[in-house]
Amino acid sequence: MSPILAAILVTLKLAGLTTLILLLLGMPLAWWLARTRSRWRIPIGALVALPMVLPPTVLGFYLLLGMGPGGPIGQLTSALGLGTLAFTFQGLLFASVLYSLPFVVHPLQSGFASIDPAVLEAAATLRAGPFDRFTSVVLPLSRPALVTAALFGFAHTVGEFGVVLMVGGNIDGQTRVLSVLLYDQFEAMAYSDAHRLAAGLLVFSFGMLLVMQWLGRRAAIAHD
Amino acid sequence: MTETRQDIELRLQLRRKAFTLDVALSLPAQGVTVVFGPSGSGKSTLLRAIAGLEPAARGRVRIGAAVWQDGDKYLPPHRRAVGVVFQHAALLPHLSVHENLRYGWRRSGAAAGAVPEWIDKLALGTLLARSPATLSGGERQRVALARALVCRPRWLLLDEPLSALDVERRSEILPYLETIRQQADIPMLYVTHAVEEAARLADHLVLLEAGKVFVAGPALEVLNRPDLPWALRDDAAAVLEATVAAHDGHGMLLLDTPAGSLHVHGAAHPTGTIVRLRVQARDVSVAMSAHADTSVLNIIPAVLESLSPLPNGQLQLRLRAGEALLLARVSHQSAVRLQLREGLPLWAQIKAVALLV
Repeated sequence: MSPILAAILVTLKLAGLTTLILLLLGMPLAWWLARTRSRWRIPIGALVALPMVLPPTVLGFYLLLGMGPGGPIGQLTSALGLGTLAFTFQGLLFASVLYSLPFVVHPLQSGFASIDPAVLEAAATLRAGPFDRFTSVVLPLSRPALVTAALFGFAHTVGEFGVVLMVGGNIDGQTRVLSVLLYDQFEAMAYSDAHRLAAGLLVFSFGMLLVMQWLGRRAAIAHD
Repeated sequence: MTETRQDIELRLQLRRKAFTLDVALSLPAQGVTVVFGPSGSGKSTLLRAIAGLEPAARGRVRIGAAVWQDGDKYLPPHRRAVGVVFQHAALLPHLSVHENLRYGWRRSGAAAGAVPEWIDKLALGTLLARSPATLSGGERQRVALARALVCRPRWLLLDEPLSALDVERRSEILPYLETIRQQADIPMLYVTHAVEEAARLADHLVLLEAGKVFVAGPALEVLNRPDLPWALRDDAAAVLEATVAAHDGHGMLLLDTPAGSLHVHGAAHPTGTIVRLRVQARDVSVAMSAHADTSVLNIIPAVLESLSPLPNGQLQLRLRAGEALLLARVSHQSAVRLQLREGLPLWAQIKAVALLV
């Protein structure tokens, strides 16, 4: 398999799984952040947003320490018979989930927050239980937010570099993603290959944003 | 549906920033109970606690034979068989009108005919495919009413359902509320801060103030109590129940009232209809003799029961007319000139009467 194809597959697998996990984890977390009056809301909200401003290498560095044989995550995974996660795809996936967390939680949170609480109360008085309300009211009303969250999560994972390099390394077919491959090609002075890859990623990112803008516009029109 | 009487017994406590709700009430299983009070008196909170939307409320809620809340027992709102109509309708925005009606109906297991029945009674046939965002405020409230009723709730709870509407829309909805009251045989709890709505709809009246029950009882009795806050307001009024005795063919009705016969301008209600009248104190003046040379049509004999000064320097008079009590307002100078005193027989001149039904 060509290195490019292998890197594309690893990237898609990583971004796809990260997005899926983040949607599942992010929905309850975003719901809690949007609705709670707990005093923990502010510190937890800040913690969720941290990967947005933290240099990826800082996150990667601590994750690497944590995942190593002496770190708490490493000890946990060893005890579970999973070995250590450093320089494996699973480790990379774990890091990506943390790294892209705010990009999924924030759109979901603002989507959930914009739902009128009276509408949910009305659904409750119409005999809908909590899970029923979530699937029959919250999810349909947050569809634009869900799409935005999924696209952001996916695109942001495709674009990560620092965390990948620290945590995943550069193993062909396992942890080498497109952004790392581009760096390799650049280092090897294979400029025309690097050019193609860079242009491809540029077009992909622009396309994603285009889709998001278009969906946002459509949602705004539907709202009127 | 009348195998058990669905009266409500309430004992609720809830601490809020503005007030502490602390009520013990029993609400009759028939007719309209209006909970009346200024904003911040806890009336909406009371309604929400019955529906199970105030989990912090402590106490006991029994409805008919079912205990919904007692001590640690707390039934969540989706397991309480009430219908709630919210101030801003709160229709599900992603569903059509028809889907909104079917949402609760499907989950409540009510009979198949309930949805078409209420579509018909509340005249929603032409709105079914519309999205809630395209409805007027009045249409939204009609849909919200139908949506609550198709679930066949044991009580219908209405939380200031007209307060978000302008006057015109209000008079559009009120006849439908009358329809529900007459045809649904379902007790209603109606929360409002508007005296007119309370006077028009209430069979039973609860007045809340700062989270406590100030007074509760049959509506006419409570409405005409002179010691209550609204008696001091500019729109203080007496509320009478009357029977339509005759029509004159020119838009005037002759009404039998406990105060005597009154001529009232109003729609052609059939003879025998029971209606409510609201006679505002500022529309009643007094005279020492029955003038024939006046444009005032309704002049009835009365006895002055008491005089109380108002903050603006006027005097408010309580007049006993037949079986009824009327309020009148006069200036201080007039009171002196006419030598008004308790027990004085006089004539009440009623300039205007508002027909409420």
